[in-house]
Amino acid sequence: MQLATAHKAPAVRTEQIILFRSSGQVFAISSASVQEVRAVDGLAGSPQAINEPSLPKVRHMFRRGESNLYVVHAGLHFGLRQTPASLIFLLRKLRTALLIDGIEKMTTMTRLQALPGAFCHEERLWYRGLTVLDQSVIPVVNPAGFLTDDELFVLDAAASRLMAPEAPPAGEMDLSV
Amino acid sequence: MSQMDQLDARSCVLLRLGERRFALAAEQIAELVAPSRVYRFAHRTPEIDGVILRRGRVVPVCDVAEKLTGKKLTSRRFYLVATRKRGTSVDCVALPVSGECELITVDLTPAGESDSPHVAAWLSHDGEVIEVLNLDALTPGSTAAVMQPTVAPEAHA
Repeated sequence: MQLATAHKAPAVRTEQIILFRSSGQVFAISSASVQEVRAVDGLAGSPQAINEPSLPKVRHMFRRGESNLYVVHAGLHFGLRQTPASLIFLLRKLRTALLIDGIEKMTTMTRLQALPGAFCHEERLWYRGLTVLDQSVIPVVNPAGFLTDDELFVLDAAASRLMAPEAPPAGEMDLSV
Repeated sequence: MSQMDQLDARSCVLLRLGERRFALAAEQIAELVAPSRVYRFAHRTPEIDGVILRRGRVVPVCDVAEKLTGKKLTSRRFYLVATRKRGTSVDCVALPVSGECELITVDLTPAGESDSPHVAAWLSHDGEVIEVLNLDALTPGSTAAVMQPTVAPEAHA
């Protein structure tokens, strides 16, 4: 006797995301792209002020191993008003740390919709797409979009000027804004 | 020669933006929907107001009234959801309109070289000469416009 083959519905592909707030708006980021979450005052290492006039969204950096990590204020990155930030996401495999207001919750998304073609400026780099959660549309950020290679080059140059012996010593800085 | 040059009678949808009426080729219209919640998030495309949800799909809202009439719409009665071809795919854009829409079949006069890029053709209806709109020229995100830098530093949310 031949048993009827059981037909299984294809598994829905899901992705764990973190909903976070920045400047009063909610964004989502894949939890796989966040390596650590820290309070701004609990960051190991000594954050240093960095002043690169062309990149006002980056005001601090710190050393992790051999690399400089640059702290990007998420609200300023998205062109929103500046609000006090309380948490930092250290992003996996990137030299970017993200300053955010707070975490809303962790959840799962089952569908990521492409950003409609009518959005045709920097937001195409900012976002991986949009997801719909509880009848709300949430932009899902692209972790690599916070600092481009060109921006990292500019920041590295500014950091090396900062580290140069003739530069005045930079003390520990308060990351809160 | 555009697609419209070759055709005489075409089905068009008349739409109202404030005091003026415009038309779109009926084949570009997906649906006419009542205003619903507009979701807004940070972006840098000033022509886009936000997005609406239609059957689980995200549709950008593009208010073309200011570009066409010089005034923003004071009231949104419906969203006319129109389709645009982008290469092999089709995407939608929701145009807020301030009054009833009407489906008509009418002879079209092709746009001339001196007409604005947003004019695809002309039609005459009820003693009124009406522009048939070229959505690709009127709404952002046509292939030529993708990733052009913006001047305005602030985001629209």
